[in-house]
Amino acid sequence: MLEIKNMHVKLEEEDKAILKGVDLTIGSGEVHAIMGPNGSGKSTLSYVLSGRDGYEVTEGSAVLDGHDLLDMEPEERAAAGLFLAFQYPVEIPGVGNMTFLRTALNAQRKARGQEELSAGDFLKVVRAKAKALKIDADMLKRPVNVGFSGGEKKRNEILQMAILEPRMCILDETDSGLDVDAMRLVSDGVNALRDANRSFLVITHYQRLLDHIKPDVVHIMADGRILESGGPELALVVEKNGYADLLKKHGIAEVA
Amino acid sequence: MTIVEKASALDARLGTLLVPAGGFAARARRDALERLTAMGLPGRRDEYWRWTNPTDFAATEPKPAKALAEDEAPIFGTLDRLKIVFVDGVFDAAASDDLALEGIEIARLADAPDVNWASGFYGTLEAAGQVPVKRPFATLNTVAATDGVLIRVTGKPSKPVNVIYIHKSDRSDPILHHCIRLEPGAELTLLENGPAGARFNGVMEVDVADGARFHHVRAQGRDHDPRAITHIFARIGAEALFKSFTLTVNGVLTRNECVLSLIGDDAVAHVAGAALGDGAKDAFHHDDTVFITHDALRGESRQVFKKVLKHGAQGIFQGKILVKPGAQKTDGYQISQSLLMDDDCQFLGKPELEIYADDVKCSHGSTTGAIDETALFYLRSRGVPVEEARALLVLSFLADAIEEIEDEGLKDEIVSRLESWLARHRD
Repeated sequence: MLEIKNMHVKLEEEDKAILKGVDLTIGSGEVHAIMGPNGSGKSTLSYVLSGRDGYEVTEGSAVLDGHDLLDMEPEERAAAGLFLAFQYPVEIPGVGNMTFLRTALNAQRKARGQEELSAGDFLKVVRAKAKALKIDADMLKRPVNVGFSGGEKKRNEILQMAILEPRMCILDETDSGLDVDAMRLVSDGVNALRDANRSFLVITHYQRLLDHIKPDVVHIMADGRILESGGPELALVVEKNGYADLLKKHGIAEVA
Repeated sequence: MTIVEKASALDARLGTLLVPAGGFAARARRDALERLTAMGLPGRRDEYWRWTNPTDFAATEPKPAKALAEDEAPIFGTLDRLKIVFVDGVFDAAASDDLALEGIEIARLADAPDVNWASGFYGTLEAAGQVPVKRPFATLNTVAATDGVLIRVTGKPSKPVNVIYIHKSDRSDPILHHCIRLEPGAELTLLENGPAGARFNGVMEVDVADGARFHHVRAQGRDHDPRAITHIFARIGAEALFKSFTLTVNGVLTRNECVLSLIGDDAVAHVAGAALGDGAKDAFHHDDTVFITHDALRGESRQVFKKVLKHGAQGIFQGKILVKPGAQKTDGYQISQSLLMDDDCQFLGKPELEIYADDVKCSHGSTTGAIDETALFYLRSRGVPVEEARALLVLSFLADAIEEIEDEGLKDEIVSRLESWLARHRD
């Protein structure tokens, strides 16, 4: 489904390499987790895949279901089935959450040559999905993420994911700023979306999220590369021993 | 300009005007002429006109302005309202509705009887609004207005009154003067829409008596070439409410002045504006000049002005809150913001507070910025195409101003016009 080959990325503004040859293949229905110390390039990978400005891919490729992602605008990538759940969801005052969700869904449907959903049909879809995530009518009516708590913002991200039904979901530190209950709610939302036709890339600092969202493969990333890949047990090793041993083994100076 | 030059410029301007003779307003017009002669017309060096060149308003002839071919249904068209239509400043009886409506008396300035409620009112708020800053074009209007509406509201009319301006002639130069009085406890929603002419000089005097409520929503039309100078003068009584919102898209040169006095305790006055200009084909210069005087206890005033500027468009905001001695517990708020869509636009703001009471709450803010790139990426990452995402963020920017319109139906009308403007002005 998603195939990243030898990806090298630097910041556009300065000559600073962030990713130094990332190879990653995620098959249909798989859940992969990426862990790594601060500054390892995890979030950059998520931004580059979704098309945020400010990065320059100097080498390598990223292909989703045969689409060359790096050649597409962010909105085209979304229509092709890519979804990024933001670490810090953006507040948009004055734009109702419902309007936002409907605009997004219909824009994607239009881009895929599907018919747009009527207001009535859309309402039905949203209500059913919102209920499962304990998102009430008030949160749907309010402006996008404005005045939402940390947990509400993350739930709203998962609601968008549920409505847009992407093929490939990237969760960028979705667990940051969540209390135990909120993490469970968000994880349940994600697990409900697990499907043989949908894949996940879960970026996190902590093993505890992976207790809830059980990955098939765990990757450890540092210094812009994937150092090791393995099963869920790899996350437990990191949780117990930290990154120091791994970094040492691969000859990488510890990042402050 | 020297005094002599000012006088000759004024003489030249006055020479082209047909000052209506006789009628109930004759004395007020003579008084206004005396005041105008004493003050003269403003020039570029006048401090109050530092950022907007008054030359085109003062000139003897208007610059020609083409009328826009109609390509969409006029705003407010689907609402149940009482229509009063002026074509290039001339009343169009056939296009207007019957002026009779319960709870309201409507007459025309041009054919009002010699004895009517407005005879002691016409020009008084305009005259009062000349202190401490001179507003000569309003005085010129009082001298030479050829028509307008006189509205006295005694009850709560069942529908809004809609003054519709139609611009047909390339060289029309209408001067219209409206007088509105809401008696105690009365309510009125007044709608205005359309460009009134190639060059429009409009004055509206509004007396909102104790406990009365006045809502005003104005859309200044889509024509690209016209110039307009408008003044609203309002006096707001105890526990009375005044709310005015203006949408401006296009227009080479627009200056909207709003001069409000809160004279009764617990009065509320809100004035808001959303202006969108694209200087790509025609120039766009938009000036909001506001002066709010608090002269009673516990008054609340809000100014919310937003401007979206593209391709060399210019936006001006001059807003002042004056709190007089004794106007304790005043709550004054003012915000002016501009969204610059590219690098060659300009926004100039002059927020002012002048406070002579010691127990008041007043705040003002002014910002200028570009579209938030993070928010733009967020929308695009959800599949919203970049131009649609930009339009959503512009609406988001304007939301606070639009929120000042209380009526949901009117709010929707304004939003739909904004959306279609944004759709027409994608890069």
